[in-house]
Amino acid sequence: MSTILPFAKTETQPNYLNADYGWKSWLFTTDHKRIALLYLFSITAFFFVGGMFAVGMRLNLLTPQGLFDHDTYNKLFTMHGIIMVFFFLVPSIPATLGNFLVPIMIGARDLAFPRINLLSWYLYIIGGVVALTAVVQGGVDTGWTFYAPFSSSYSNTHVLITAIGVFISGFSSILTGLNFIVTVHKMRAPGMTWNRLPLFVWGHYATSLIQVLGTPVVAITLVLLALERLFHAGIFDPTVGGDPVLFQHLFWFYSHPAVYIMILPGMAVMSEIVTCFSRKGVFGYSFIAISSIAIAVLGFLVWGHHLFVAGQSMYASIAFSFLSFVVAIPSAIKVFNWTATMYRGSISYETPMLYAFGFIGLFTIGGLTGLFLATMAIDVHVTDTYFVIAHFHYVMVGGMVMAYLGGLHFWFPKISGRMYPEAWAKFAALVVFVGFNLTFFPQFILGYQGMPRRYAHYPPEFQVLNVMSTAGASILAVGYLIPMIYLAWAWRNGPKAPQNPWHAKGLEWEQSPTPPPTFNFDHQPVVTEGPYNYSGEQEEETTLGG
Amino acid sequence: MADSDTTLAVHNSELRHHFDDSEQQFESSVLGMWVFLVTEVLFFGGMFGAYTVYRNLYPDAFASTSHFMNVTIGAVNTAVLIFSSFTMVLAVRAAQLGQKKALVIFLILTLILGCVFLGFKYMEYHEKWVDHHVPGPGFQYEDSRYAHNAQILFFLYFAMTGMHAVHMIVGAGLLIVLIVMASRNRFSSAWYTPVEMIGLYWHFVDVVWIFLFPLLYLIGHTK
Repeated sequence: MSTILPFAKTETQPNYLNADYGWKSWLFTTDHKRIALLYLFSITAFFFVGGMFAVGMRLNLLTPQGLFDHDTYNKLFTMHGIIMVFFFLVPSIPATLGNFLVPIMIGARDLAFPRINLLSWYLYIIGGVVALTAVVQGGVDTGWTFYAPFSSSYSNTHVLITAIGVFISGFSSILTGLNFIVTVHKMRAPGMTWNRLPLFVWGHYATSLIQVLGTPVVAITLVLLALERLFHAGIFDPTVGGDPVLFQHLFWFYSHPAVYIMILPGMAVMSEIVTCFSRKGVFGYSFIAISSIAIAVLGFLVWGHHLFVAGQSMYASIAFSFLSFVVAIPSAIKVFNWTATMYRGSISYETPMLYAFGFIGLFTIGGLTGLFLATMAIDVHVTDTYFVIAHFHYVMVGGMVMAYLGGLHFWFPKISGRMYPEAWAKFAALVVFVGFNLTFFPQFILGYQGMPRRYAHYPPEFQVLNVMSTAGASILAVGYLIPMIYLAWAWRNGPKAPQNPWHAKGLEWEQSPTPPPTFNFDHQPVVTEGPYNYSGEQEEETTLGG
Repeated sequence: MADSDTTLAVHNSELRHHFDDSEQQFESSVLGMWVFLVTEVLFFGGMFGAYTVYRNLYPDAFASTSHFMNVTIGAVNTAVLIFSSFTMVLAVRAAQLGQKKALVIFLILTLILGCVFLGFKYMEYHEKWVDHHVPGPGFQYEDSRYAHNAQILFFLYFAMTGMHAVHMIVGAGLLIVLIVMASRNRFSSAWYTPVEMIGLYWHFVDVVWIFLFPLLYLIGHTK
């Protein structure tokens, strides 16, 4: 300890960041906060790799004739999808903010299984490196969905090694979910009842349920795909009686719930930000909490809406269509409750709140267009068009990435102990919002007009909208780069953050020092009131002032 | 609570810093193991789902294949596994009572039974190889009506029993770790969590086989 004292002088008190400095203290750490940072940096790296493929796609689509040939373009969108879905979106909020905050929010010293937490990061990295190996060797062209029999029998790209990478990273996701479930059940501080859990924790609990129940199915599906590719025994090959639609069923049994793995943590972040910057208790706490669980449960019953045109029975399609409408209800409950929380609140417009506004608007558009797609007749018209692309990017990028950035800014003082530059952050939030809408709104129109997804070339009449989309993507890229720069700068040079810069509620702000010490609290926290008691604070202020 | 903290901590040197007491630590481990087993159920569930779909599509072809399964070995292996679950239970009980010698003996017995199962499984796989019942280019089937569709069942047979065997091998490895730990006196009646955990895992793997045996070996013998 004595050798590091000169460096420690700049810090006021011991915390998880200045506890130790060697590389071993990071790569072999079992501290959930340090593992969260390991994830943060590696996920950011994958976000950039995935983003580079998107840049390639948007450049190609500037002109009807395109830059690349079909094979290259197929690889670009495949690698973009695989990296963004499996190596960015699925782990994004749970593995970083969730990892950092879930134990602190419930008053625990760590996750239930700290070593398994570290193992999950290593599995993520190994899976990612294996998948990137496929990229280096020449890529893969099946689309992120790996549909058989193309992936199992016909594609001559590196399907097998990509599938192995995704398979390995799946276990990272399973272990994170398992860890959260046990932690929330068994590690809560005295007084932290289920009715007092922050909605962030409820959202992550629901996410974990999906990770634990869904991911093993895609794992075994990829195993079957790999065996089929190796032995050509015909399980997904119609020429010997195999059923390629079975692959789609198995794949979407995970991959539809997986979109809720990607959005539920975003909603979890939203509930924290909206209440804090409205200075008002959350509207309908139990409805938001239960709606997370409802999304997790119902999310498992809607996968068939990906198969409306795959030869699925019409009666099955009707049931899946109906259930897809039903799953919109808990999502809508959340949006209405956030809006009602803001109603007559004392709203302030710090950066996290700007992202929250962005989220609500964009997620609503993404969610409502999802109902278009759940309607069978409309789905037939827009299947495999840019309408679908725009829909899920409004949810995944407009929703999830907005929430991720909002959460990152909201808890940046907690994580780093420093404040970020507010003016730059507001500017970046605006750039992201403008860039996002300019990128993806034209794609709704393109899709409705019939431009199919996954084609390198297109008829000239689609060019204007495609140029708009590419221009938007350039703005969006700038919008993502700015926070990277000022957050990295603020990490060292930002002004010291007070313990609770937002005057927010919750154990992580009120009872844990900023940045937290290795075991999160100086004293065993005891919870004596429900979450989001902002109104009580307001009353106090008025009596003091008046 | 503070009292129980100190009393239990005296007995249990394995209590980790982030748990309040041994009870909380044990309950967390058990819950974690059960959640893990749920993921395993879904892992095998994908294959059982595929099996259900194809058996509904090709009931006759599937039934015909069970005449080429070695029911005797399958039945013996079922008995071996059920008995190994019994010895595993006795091992957990010995751990709870702090009987070190009995614990080691029952763990070794369980390991031997697991290896017997794997040995028989190897014999079966070899038989399938000789009979050209391994799916792939070399696949041949006696009943030409079902040649294609029978291959799908053999694919599922190898995938399902293969995954099961992988789990058995992992289980055998874990048993060896337990035996080493037990013989080094790592367990006591106050801390035997790994024995309990691996016991749960072992029973789960056995239960999977209880489902595999009738579905793969016996379906054609019902008519």
